[in-house]
Amino acid sequence: MTTATDIAEAQLKMPVRREPDIGRRLLHRTLKPLIGTPLNAVITLACLWVLWLGAKGAYGWLVTRAVTEGGAQACKVGNGACWPFYEAKLRFMIFGVYPYDEQWRVLLAMILFLGAMGITMIPRFWSRNLLVLWGVTIVATAILIGGGVFGLSYVPTTQWSGLPLSFLLSAVGLAFGFPLGVVLALARSSTLPAIRVIAIIFIEVIRGVPLISILFMASVMLPLFMPSGVTVDKLLRAQIAIIIFAAAYIAEAVRGGLQAIPRGQHEAASAMGLHYWQAMRLIVLPQALKIAIPPLVNISIGFFQDTTLVTIIGLLDFLSTVRTAMTDPNWVGIAVLEGYVFAAFVFLVFSYGMGAYSRFLERRMRLGHD
Amino acid sequence: MRVDAMSGTRLLYNLRFRAILYQVIAVGSIVLLGLYLFSNVSQKLAEQNIATGFGYLSREAGFVISQTLIDYKPTDTYGHAILAGIVNTVWVSAWSVVLATIIGLFVGIARLSRNPLLALLAFLYVEALRNVPLLLYLFLWYALIVTSLPAVREAWEILPHVFLSNSGLTVPSLLWTGAHTIVLLALVLGGALGIFVHRRATALRISTGKTRTTWPWVALALLVPPMLAILIVQPDLTVSLPEKGRFRLTGGAQLRPEFTALLVGLALSASAGIAEIVRSGILSVRKGQWEAARALGLRDGLTMRLVILPQALRVIIPPLTSSYLSLFKNSSLAIAIGYPDLVMVSNTTMNQTGQAIEGIAIFMLVYLGLSIMISLFMNWYNSRVALKER
Repeated sequence: MTTATDIAEAQLKMPVRREPDIGRRLLHRTLKPLIGTPLNAVITLACLWVLWLGAKGAYGWLVTRAVTEGGAQACKVGNGACWPFYEAKLRFMIFGVYPYDEQWRVLLAMILFLGAMGITMIPRFWSRNLLVLWGVTIVATAILIGGGVFGLSYVPTTQWSGLPLSFLLSAVGLAFGFPLGVVLALARSSTLPAIRVIAIIFIEVIRGVPLISILFMASVMLPLFMPSGVTVDKLLRAQIAIIIFAAAYIAEAVRGGLQAIPRGQHEAASAMGLHYWQAMRLIVLPQALKIAIPPLVNISIGFFQDTTLVTIIGLLDFLSTVRTAMTDPNWVGIAVLEGYVFAAFVFLVFSYGMGAYSRFLERRMRLGHD
Repeated sequence: MRVDAMSGTRLLYNLRFRAILYQVIAVGSIVLLGLYLFSNVSQKLAEQNIATGFGYLSREAGFVISQTLIDYKPTDTYGHAILAGIVNTVWVSAWSVVLATIIGLFVGIARLSRNPLLALLAFLYVEALRNVPLLLYLFLWYALIVTSLPAVREAWEILPHVFLSNSGLTVPSLLWTGAHTIVLLALVLGGALGIFVHRRATALRISTGKTRTTWPWVALALLVPPMLAILIVQPDLTVSLPEKGRFRLTGGAQLRPEFTALLVGLALSASAGIAEIVRSGILSVRKGQWEAARALGLRDGLTMRLVILPQALRVIIPPLTSSYLSLFKNSSLAIAIGYPDLVMVSNTTMNQTGQAIEGIAIFMLVYLGLSIMISLFMNWYNSRVALKER
């Protein structure tokens, strides 16, 4: 029969375990999860093997087997990355069919746009002035890209293409989708049944069908709905579809934020004598939007990727110009992987950056609440 | 004075009146907009001599669909063609959902592994898939299958009788007959019976407290119906094995490149999202639950199955529903690589008949209907696993 005292005595008799020195402890701590158990050792070996294969493949393709000079023929013979392809096609992949000599305008517009975006992302600058900044940026980019004034030559929307077009579609989609989404979210949580039902039907229908079908609707059906003689620009039609799509998704994110605001806030606002719009504008929405920021950033990331779908209705967005570059008669069938890897890299950089920003915001918000 | 309060400008300050007024304005403007659009449409259609109505569905389609699950010939009707498209959409989405769930579960658990290398690999996998548009991956997989795999004549035999070539994956297949369907139904029945027997046994154990060996009964319930079915209908078990001929592969079933690329693309991209959902679900279960389960002497596997997963599921199911829904909707990207799904068949139909409104209405309604069905089913499942508060 072992009793508590027996155990205590046994423990006293046990040799005292010496604490291993720091170096050994560190070694132990790093190695234990890697080779602690036989299964773990097998997993580690398998992972190392996969990583080795990936690294070897990437290094071989990018460096040792890469073709750095010569034209398409050199690339056809080699089976590594084809740098001459990037040299020849990089500008086309980014700017598409925008007039070659005028591409500095798009570049400048993109720098302006990304700069404004960078400033917007810093919480310290969050104020009403941002609206002014964006107003100026939008007007400036519109003038730069479209031209027709200040001696800039006019460039029709059919030549707007490439990465700037992808930015434009997603940014304008979000900029217009956001206020519409907020109104829809308010309508959906309204106490007036008719208005609520209209909002619910709109949101659920848009969210229940694929984006492609809305794009099709805009590109095929919208012209039929316009009065005779009125034509709507193809780009504008796609943009309208994207705004509508954005609004439905933003509405749901904002609704989540609205639901998180306790009833007391509404009641307190009423007690202060504020009417509905005042209460919403001054009390409820600022709090709800703050809660909804992380999901809204996630929607924006998804959105930037979703704009690639305009390829299907024939707009030359970034993915589309990359594909066009690949089907150039000189390069067809030669630079398949090169083109897609480049496009994937660009999307990865922007999406991952936005994702990291969203995680930063989430941490910041959590701190703000505690 | 009282009467005055209800008239003129005072009326505008009456909350009831304002509520009604707003709603009338909202509904009225939508009706007016609808009428305006309708009159535009009917005028345009009359000008362009486009027929209206769904009569075209019973006319002969006359176009070829490269791969169908149900029988379809170009001499069949448009309605039949659209049905074939619907079946194709459901078929590829269903397989993708199964694949994505399995991969997502493993990757999600791997993300939480204590082995840093495995966690790193899982992290790389998720980020690489989430930050690149699905459409790009679809193009990439399709291009890789078509351009970098060998021609049929030099098809790789990756497993005995499984060939990979630039015209897709060729696998052995069973010549399916009505008898097989009966056996399959019997198998489903056996499964249901097995679950029932297991439930009864558990209920009996809970009420009497006695543990009996139940697995033979469960096995019996599982096996008897399909065995009986096999004995009765005696299905023909000929397996068609693909063989490499001189110029082409004969026999077997072929997974075309379009289907393979779409299946792989949809499943992988959804699996990354599902992995994140699974991870956050498992993380949402407090550490104390693990510790309590260990203190009770449960092994790790049992802890996961009986303690952690049931609680994690509550967090997992709602976002999982939306990722299934988006997978289903994303299957419409099939049109970009040429898999004949609902959208592609509708698109061909619209081009041939010019009836865009009807075509788009049909496929939007089908998507909407199927989306609602998926979310109803998942909501039902969710309500079963949700926390029952008393």
